[in-house]
Amino acid sequence: MPFDLNSVWFALVGVLLIGYAILDGFDLGVGSLHLFSKTDEERRLLLNAIGPVWDGNEVWLVTAGGALFAAFPDVYATVFSGFYLAFMMLLAALIFRAVAIEFRSKMPQKIWRACWDVSFSASSILCSLLIGVALGNIARGIPLTAEKEYAGSFLDLLNPYALLVGLTTAALLMMHGSIYLVLKTENPLHDKIRVWVQRTMIAFIVLYALTTMATLVYVPHMAEPFKRRPIFFALPILGLLAIANVPREIHHGHDFRAFVSSCAAIAALLALFGVGLYPNLVLSRPDPQYSLTIYNAASSAKTLSIMLAIALIGMPLVIGYTITIYWIFRGKVKLDRTSY
Amino acid sequence: MDVLTLSRLQFAFTIAFHYIYPPLSIGLGVILVIMEGLYLKTRLPLYRQMAKFWVKIFALTFAMGVATGIVMEFEFGTNWATYSRYVGDVFGSALAAEGIFAFFLESGFLAVLLFGWDKVGPAMHFVSTLLVALGAMFSAIWIVVANSWMQTPAGFHVVGEGMKARAEITDFWAMVFNPSSMNRLSHVVLGAWQAGAFLVLSVSAYYLLKKRHIEFAKSSMKIGLVVAAAASILQLVTGHQSARIAGQYQPAKLAAFEGHYAENAPADAHLFGWVDEKNERVIGLKIPGFASWLLSNDAQRPVKGLRRFAPADRPPVNATFQFFHIMVAIGIFQILLSWLGLWCWRRGTLFQARGLLWIFVFSVLGPQIANQAGWFAAEAGRQPWIVYGLLRTSEGLSKTVTANMVLSSLIMFTFIYLLLFALFIFLLDRKIRGGPEEEEIPTEEYRRHPYAIRP
Repeated sequence: MPFDLNSVWFALVGVLLIGYAILDGFDLGVGSLHLFSKTDEERRLLLNAIGPVWDGNEVWLVTAGGALFAAFPDVYATVFSGFYLAFMMLLAALIFRAVAIEFRSKMPQKIWRACWDVSFSASSILCSLLIGVALGNIARGIPLTAEKEYAGSFLDLLNPYALLVGLTTAALLMMHGSIYLVLKTENPLHDKIRVWVQRTMIAFIVLYALTTMATLVYVPHMAEPFKRRPIFFALPILGLLAIANVPREIHHGHDFRAFVSSCAAIAALLALFGVGLYPNLVLSRPDPQYSLTIYNAASSAKTLSIMLAIALIGMPLVIGYTITIYWIFRGKVKLDRTSY
Repeated sequence: MDVLTLSRLQFAFTIAFHYIYPPLSIGLGVILVIMEGLYLKTRLPLYRQMAKFWVKIFALTFAMGVATGIVMEFEFGTNWATYSRYVGDVFGSALAAEGIFAFFLESGFLAVLLFGWDKVGPAMHFVSTLLVALGAMFSAIWIVVANSWMQTPAGFHVVGEGMKARAEITDFWAMVFNPSSMNRLSHVVLGAWQAGAFLVLSVSAYYLLKKRHIEFAKSSMKIGLVVAAAASILQLVTGHQSARIAGQYQPAKLAAFEGHYAENAPADAHLFGWVDEKNERVIGLKIPGFASWLLSNDAQRPVKGLRRFAPADRPPVNATFQFFHIMVAIGIFQILLSWLGLWCWRRGTLFQARGLLWIFVFSVLGPQIANQAGWFAAEAGRQPWIVYGLLRTSEGLSKTVTANMVLSSLIMFTFIYLLLFALFIFLLDRKIRGGPEEEEIPTEEYRRHPYAIRP
C-alpha cells in the first residue's frame, strides 16, 4: 500500500464509515429489535438507551458522504445517481427513523405509539438491509461504462449475493444493538436482552459463514489481496476472536467489554472489506478497466491535502465531543420527565 | 415533464421544506443562549423555565431539520451527478467541513440540552447550549460558502475539456472568502435570527392575549423583541450590500430583481410591479433611478440591463422580480413592526397593545416567507447557470436517472413531507398550548443546588 494522499483518503473515508457502522450501527440494531419488546415501558427504555446519542451517530454518515463527495467526487456521483431508487428508499427510511424517535412518546395514545413503533422498527431494518445490499454490490462489482456511469438497473442491485450481505449486515447490527442494550439496561429487561444477544449472534454467525463461502466462490477478487499479503489474514482472525469473546464477556457480566468486542468485530469486518477492495472504490463488472479507483475518481492533490488538514483539525474535536457526550450519559438508562 | 424540470422541482421542494427548520434552530439557539445566560447570572427560576420551554421547541425544529437535511446532501449526487463531478473538488470540501465542524458539535451537545438538565451543572448546561448555537451557526457558514461559490466562483481553475472538464481548487481561502460569501452569510444568519425571534414574539403575544403564563410571556417577549429589532435593522445593511455585490458580479440577476432591461440607462426601483417579459417592460409603481442610486449613490449612473444578455442567458425575470420584492417588502415591514414594539415597550404600553400583539402572533410567518422568497430570488436569479457563468443547470443532471425515477421520488417526498409538516404543526401547537411547566417555589435547598430538584 503506497503512502499517498489518495490512499490516506481511502483509509479516512473507511474510518468514517467504520465510525458510522459502530455508532449508528447499534441504533439501527436497537431499532430493528424494537418490536420484540412488548410493554410500553420496555420500549421507552430501549428508545431512551439510544435517545441522547443516535442523532450524533447519524452525523458520521453525513460526514462520510461529504468526505466521499470531496475526496472522490466520481464515486459519489456514480453511486448516488446509479443507485437512485435505493438511495431514495434509504432517505425515506432515515427520515422515518428520525421522526419516529422524536414523535413516538409525544402523545399517550396507543395507536399513535404503535404506528411510530412500527415505523421506527421497519425503517431501522430497511436501513440496515440497504446499507448491506450497497456494500454487497460494491464488493461484487457493478456494470460501469467508460463515462463512469452505472449501466445496470435497480433490480440488478437485488442479486442474491448482495441480498445475502444485506441480511448479514442486518443480523450483525441486531447483535451489536442487543449487546449495547445489555450494557444500558438492568433487572429483568437485562436478562431478557441477554437471550437476544445469543439468538442474534447465532443468526449472524450462520449468515457470516454463508457470506464468506459465497464471497470465496462468486466474488473471488475480494480474496486476492489476502493471497498476495497473508498478513491481512490477521483481520478476519481478529474479527472472529472479537465475536467469540462476546459471549464469554457477557457470561462473566463484563457487558462493557462485550460491547467493545462487538465494536472491534465490526471494525475488523469493514477493514476486511476495505483491504479486499483497495485500490478500487467501485469495481466494474464485467469490464474491470472501467473501475473507479482511488486515483481515477479522486479530487486534485491540492483538495485532498486541504481536506486532510480539515480532518486533522476536526477529527480530534469530534472524538472529544463524542467521548464527552457518552461519558455524560454513561450508566444504565432510566426514564425521567425529559425522556422520549 | 422532463427529467430537468422534475429534478429542479424536487430540489426546490426539498430544499424549501428543509429551510423552514434550520433558521428556526439557528435563531432559537441565540435566544436560548441569552435565556440560559440570564439564568446563570441571576438564578431566577423564571429564566430556567423559559429555557426549558424553548429547548423543547428547539428540539422539534432541530429534529425536522436533521430528518430533511440528509436528503439535501444525498440529492447532489442522486439528481445532479454531472454537477457533482464538476464541482466536487471545490464544493465537496465545504460540505465535508460542515459535517466535521458543525453537525457533530450541534447534534452531540443537543443531547445535553435535552436530557442533561439533571446530569450536568448549570454552567455545563449553558456551555452546551452555547456549543449547540455555535454548531448551528457553523452549519450556516459552510453551506452558504458552498452556495456562494456557485453564485460568485473564485479560487479555482477549470481542468480538462468538454465532458471531462471540472473545477479544481487553486486557493482554498479565496474559495471560502469568494466575493459574496461573507455578505450572504450575514444576510442568511440575520434572517435566521429573525425567524427565531419572531417565533418567540408570536408565542409570547399569544400567551399575553390569552392571559396565560404572563410573567413567562413578558420576559420571553422582551428577549425576542430585542433580537428581532436588532436583526431586522441590520438586515437592511446586509441586504443593501448583497444587492451591490450582485450588481457587480451577477449583473443579470440584479437586472432581473428590478426588471431592468435597458442596456445603458439608470435603473429604477419598484415598490411593486409585474414584468411583461415579452415586451421587456415592467408595469408597476417605481422610483426613477432609485436602484442606480442604491447601487452607486448616483441616480444617473447606468446599470447593465437584461438586453446585454442573450435571452438564453437570462434568468426567469418576473419570478425573480416577485420573489425579490416580497422579501424586501416583508423585511421593511419587520423593521417597522419590531421597532414599533420597542417604542411601545419604552412607553410601557407593549403588553396592553392588543392590536400590536395580534400582529405579533401572525408575524412568525414574515421571516419564513421572506427567507424562502429571498432564497428563491437568489437561486432563480442565478439561472440558467448552476455555477454562475461556468456550468448550466441543464448540464448538471445525472445521466443515468430517468424522468420516471424522479417522478416517483418526488411523489414520495411530497407525501412524506406533507405528513411531516402536518405532524410538526400539530406537535408545535400542542407544545405551545401546553405552555411552560410551572416551576417550584424555590426552597432553601433549591437555591443552593438549583439543578438538583425537578420542578
